[in-house]
Amino acid sequence: MADIYYTEDHEWISVEDGVGTVGITDYAQSQLGDVVYVELPDVGKELAQKDEAAVVESVKAASDVYAPVSGEVVEVNEALADTPGTVNESASSDGWFYKIKLSEPSELEDLMDEAAYQAFIEGLG
Amino acid sequence: MSQSPDATNAAPLKTTPLDALHRELGGKMVPFAGYDMPVQYPAGIVKEHLHTRAKASLFDVSHMGQVRLLGDAAVAALEALVPGDLQALKPMRMRYTMFTDDKAGILDDLMVTRVEDGLFVVVNASCKEADIAHMRAGLPKGVSVEYLDDRALLALQGPAAVDVMARLAGEAVRTMPFMSAADIDVGGFACFVTRSGYTGEDGFEISVASADADAFARRLLAEAEVEPAGLGARDSLRLEAGLCLYGHDIDTTTSPIEAGLVWTISKRRREAGGFPGAAVIQDQLANGVTRKRVGIRPEGRVVAREHTAIVDAGGSPIGEITSGGFGPSAGGPVGMGYVATDSAQVGMDVSLLVRGAPRPAQVAAMPFVPHGYFKGK
Repeated sequence: MADIYYTEDHEWISVEDGVGTVGITDYAQSQLGDVVYVELPDVGKELAQKDEAAVVESVKAASDVYAPVSGEVVEVNEALADTPGTVNESASSDGWFYKIKLSEPSELEDLMDEAAYQAFIEGLG
Repeated sequence: MSQSPDATNAAPLKTTPLDALHRELGGKMVPFAGYDMPVQYPAGIVKEHLHTRAKASLFDVSHMGQVRLLGDAAVAALEALVPGDLQALKPMRMRYTMFTDDKAGILDDLMVTRVEDGLFVVVNASCKEADIAHMRAGLPKGVSVEYLDDRALLALQGPAAVDVMARLAGEAVRTMPFMSAADIDVGGFACFVTRSGYTGEDGFEISVASADADAFARRLLAEAEVEPAGLGARDSLRLEAGLCLYGHDIDTTTSPIEAGLVWTISKRRREAGGFPGAAVIQDQLANGVTRKRVGIRPEGRVVAREHTAIVDAGGSPIGEITSGGFGPSAGGPVGMGYVATDSAQVGMDVSLLVRGAPRPAQVAAMPFVPHGYFKGK
């Protein structure tokens, strides 16, 4: 059973057995507009919490996607190369960006749960 | 994920007569040239762009400056400020030209239409005040410069635009030549219509009284082919069409020759001069320029935006992107910029420095998507 956490930068991470799947939230994709390109990290890359992990390019601008937790990138979503629009259509599932093997699971305590994130985005107006 | 910073403006934003309509349509409003304008509607930039090339889109461009120059001397007088051949313009015909300065830099680009009692000029919103002051200072007293702040401007663009116009204004509009103008009734509204636009497609720009603008726009949107489109799509359309955006691809540091706009200066005016910067332009025509505006086509999918450095195969800097983005009709990233003349050859391999890494690209011919202008006489 996976646990899902959220960052204030609108990333989500779904953690199961020490590996987190990371994407951007539906709120984030609606703010961005049509996604035309995603630049993913290399498999094997070591990331520290809050490092720039990926770049998501919309028609108007590029935005950085950060690492919600520290760890090693173990897989990336190759399908996004051909269909970056999946990020818009299915941000919270098929539009995942990369999977990271957590090096510091306690970092998850810094993140929000679903309810807290919903309250957070409502507060953004 | 990083978010674009909110633009905070000290002065309240101006609105066009279609502001309420934009909000009703779900327009995402952003500041542009001091106006609150829709960058997109719920369909999104890509769909709005593609719809324009497939059917017809309606753009609000009322933020642009509509100016009337009155007086018999207007045509010859305005020629003192622009390199364009206005004396050759027949009545109700128009052309694209620019205000130049003494160094042959470009102060703004504009459309000039010859009308019965003078000229009708459309200038960019960001340069509106400066352009009007420039004309008032540079034109003789006998030519009055009237800013038409009680008029809206709408652009109906796309291959189906003519069908919509024919339905609302009569079949005669089908044979309106490209770059011509007419005073006609469109759907019951008195309009000044030009067959022109800035998307690379066939289409019309329609000037209507501000008081009529909301009802007129709704009338057009009621037609099956027409969808609203915002400034985001307007930008991606003109970029694919190879058209310059003032303040980005052309400005006071670029001459019309460097910008590849020599076609806007007729032989008579090239030889006779009589506009600011004429001597510089004549020199550049005789001796060449050190840099040229070209199309740039990145390989792959990485978008290279404004200010991206361009380097040659050996890694030496040769220029800079001035406009870049994703081209939905082109199916990938497109851009334009200036490169050293030696490198300004279609097909030449270059690299673009995006996020610190070189990305392969080629100098490309423009437009990236063929123009759809009406070719009938």
